[in-house]
Amino acid sequence: MTSIGTGYDLSASTYSPDGRIFQVEYANKAVENSGTAIGLRVKDGVVLAVEKFVHSKLLVPGANRRVQTVDRHIGMATAGLLADGRSVSNRARDECANIRNSFREQPTVKYISDRLALYAQMYTLYSSVRPFGISTILAGVDKTGPSLYVVEPSGVCLGYHGAAIGKGRQLAKTELEKLKLSELTTREAAMEAARIIYLVHDDNKEKEFELEMSWVCSETNGLHVPVPADLLAEAERKAKEALENFE
Amino acid sequence: MDHFPANWGRPRNDAIDLYATHLLHPRPNNRAKDAFADSVQRTQQPIVTGTSVLAIKFKDGIMMAADNLASYGSLARFKDVQRLQAFGDYTVIGASGDMSDFQFIQRLLDDIAVAEIAAQDGHDLGPVEIHEYMSQVMYGRRSKLDPLWNSLIIGGFKDGKRFLSYVDLLGTTYTASTIATGYGGYIAQPLLRKAVEGYEDVLTAEQARKILEDSMRVLFYRDARSLNKYQLATITAAGVQISDSLHLETSWDFAEGIRGYGAQTQ
Amino acid sequence: MFRNTYDSDNTVFSPQGRLHQVEYALEAVKQGSAAVGLRSKTHAILLALKRSTGELASYQQKMFRIDDHVGIAIAGLTSDARVLSNFMRQQALSERMVFNRPMPVNRIVSAIADKAQVNTQEYGRRPYGVGFLVIGHDQTGPHLFEFSPSGNSYEYFAMSIGARSQSAKTYLEKHFESFADCTLEELIKHGLHALRETLQQDKELNINNTSIGIIGPTGQHEKPTSPPGKFHIVEGETVRLYLESMDAKAPADGTVPVPPAAPAEDVQMSG
Repeated sequence: MTSIGTGYDLSASTYSPDGRIFQVEYANKAVENSGTAIGLRVKDGVVLAVEKFVHSKLLVPGANRRVQTVDRHIGMATAGLLADGRSVSNRARDECANIRNSFREQPTVKYISDRLALYAQMYTLYSSVRPFGISTILAGVDKTGPSLYVVEPSGVCLGYHGAAIGKGRQLAKTELEKLKLSELTTREAAMEAARIIYLVHDDNKEKEFELEMSWVCSETNGLHVPVPADLLAEAERKAKEALENFE
Repeated sequence: MDHFPANWGRPRNDAIDLYATHLLHPRPNNRAKDAFADSVQRTQQPIVTGTSVLAIKFKDGIMMAADNLASYGSLARFKDVQRLQAFGDYTVIGASGDMSDFQFIQRLLDDIAVAEIAAQDGHDLGPVEIHEYMSQVMYGRRSKLDPLWNSLIIGGFKDGKRFLSYVDLLGTTYTASTIATGYGGYIAQPLLRKAVEGYEDVLTAEQARKILEDSMRVLFYRDARSLNKYQLATITAAGVQISDSLHLETSWDFAEGIRGYGAQTQ
Repeated sequence: MFRNTYDSDNTVFSPQGRLHQVEYALEAVKQGSAAVGLRSKTHAILLALKRSTGELASYQQKMFRIDDHVGIAIAGLTSDARVLSNFMRQQALSERMVFNRPMPVNRIVSAIADKAQVNTQEYGRRPYGVGFLVIGHDQTGPHLFEFSPSGNSYEYFAMSIGARSQSAKTYLEKHFESFADCTLEELIKHGLHALRETLQQDKELNINNTSIGIIGPTGQHEKPTSPPGKFHIVEGETVRLYLESMDAKAPADGTVPVPPAAPAEDVQMSG
């Protein structure tokens, strides 16, 4: 990034001489500093898992969720500035309400992701705003089946079988690629998701963390809900075992 | 006198300015205005309607009944309409009056239901909250002189308490141990009061069902906009349960001697 | 003192992905005098240190009632706090009017957090310069939240904000596990001990500079409230009882504890 400090990186409405928009790249930096979030799209559902840093032991465990519900059947995990995540999730809920009221139909994950991408892109066009400092994983089961999309600060929106954003995304992606995602059940995917989050967490560099997981599958009647406490506990236990064997 | 010549109309002889090329400047229009030209007409009557909804308290909660008919005037237009709608895990809303307004209300409620689910913070809306919301919506609309043409009964059970209330197109609200809307308010309400008042805490589900069935039967005999197909909703600590369509057994033997019944013979 | 080229407005990310204007707003919170919040299974309380600009001036209000079931303590720009607290009151009232229920506390906090987020993303605005501790009681029990100008909000067992709040935090971290089963009186005592940590040298808590906000069943020194357990602020003479319940502060050098001295003069603005 040789152009840093040359004045071409102070606004989202300015290109650098080599055709880059630095403000968007800097927004990605905000994403990269945040705890990892992953999403798995499998045979019969989707799973979201988040590595939530616990910055103080005074925090109430289980409160302060980073995975949000957008509609009955769609969930969303963000990495980056937490407040931006809330802003985007509110927008996503509005989009869903619009679809329901116009067509009396459950919105598809693809459509909502596309709309959010357009929304994010608008914030890359003007000097009067900054891009969103978050990447978003949207996951749900709709009439097209399980779907998983990622929306980035640039306004790019891509579909995935397995997606990872945030600090540990490289390692998480490598792990996700080893899985046969389209053959897993949602329960198996939850186990894998927990394992990956525990694996990518860097004990030496980072504070403590809390694993947060949610899913949509036939077991939840197609609703996006947090995974049940007993399954979460089992997944965490297995993840810790796997970690010991790994090292 | 209108001092703006352009308001006087076109010259009588079109040859003077055949293609209306003469520049007319924008000018105020001083002609007498139709005082009603800008007025808007709101709903004056319901169109496709549902008739009575009945609801009573019983030992374990609330039980409600409504038939499956939506009438278009006196025409029995739709015979498979569900007029009892569950909202969340604790509440049922029953509607009589305009069915399209009821569908609109269902959309409003669906929106707040999703918002509530999305919050995922352990708070949810019970019958008391839904009642307050509906009364605000109905009163708000009547104050705009654009009412939602319904009488609604809200029944629910939450935190060990049963709740039964009424809201209508005027924003009128009340709670009682028996409520009946529409024609049922005249025909069924006295029957319900006699059977329920004072016995709210002893009536079993089976007895409550019997009371409602008998009242629905009387209504079917007496109310020309009713149907012998109806549904029952039961709301208890166990949650909401809405039955499939039930058939009312009726006997019309007594009518054989009545002039005008059956095939015309004279 | 220009720190760098990326800190002049809030629509610019630094190359590290940081928002300097937002970080500076967080500094504004630290300029305000401290506030402490704690919760037990039954109560949520706030304690705050009030400042006055001089002998002739009254003390600056640090606590605001939002509704019967919600109250806040502030640190930072009081004028920003008044705007936000007004907004919170409107939200709470509207929830009572539309749904006939006390607004869930987390939703009130999220509402102002979302409002604050907008000010971190659009040109021509500045982030709010105030932080809140919000206590409340709803269907799910007593709660304590922190709201900050970055648009973040978190739920805590105990928290402190404002000048030298780190010292109070250290006290809270040491003791918070015992708070759950505390009586109101014990909880206030812990709160006062934590608040005392934020004082400048030679300053003392006294009945003029200490505010206590309480939600939960009334304690033994209080008159019953209507409705029961609603948010109320304890100030002035009533605070004396609680102040007298405090243990003497153990000096850092391990010498004999000195009993609390007579109330010192007003705490001065530190900047």
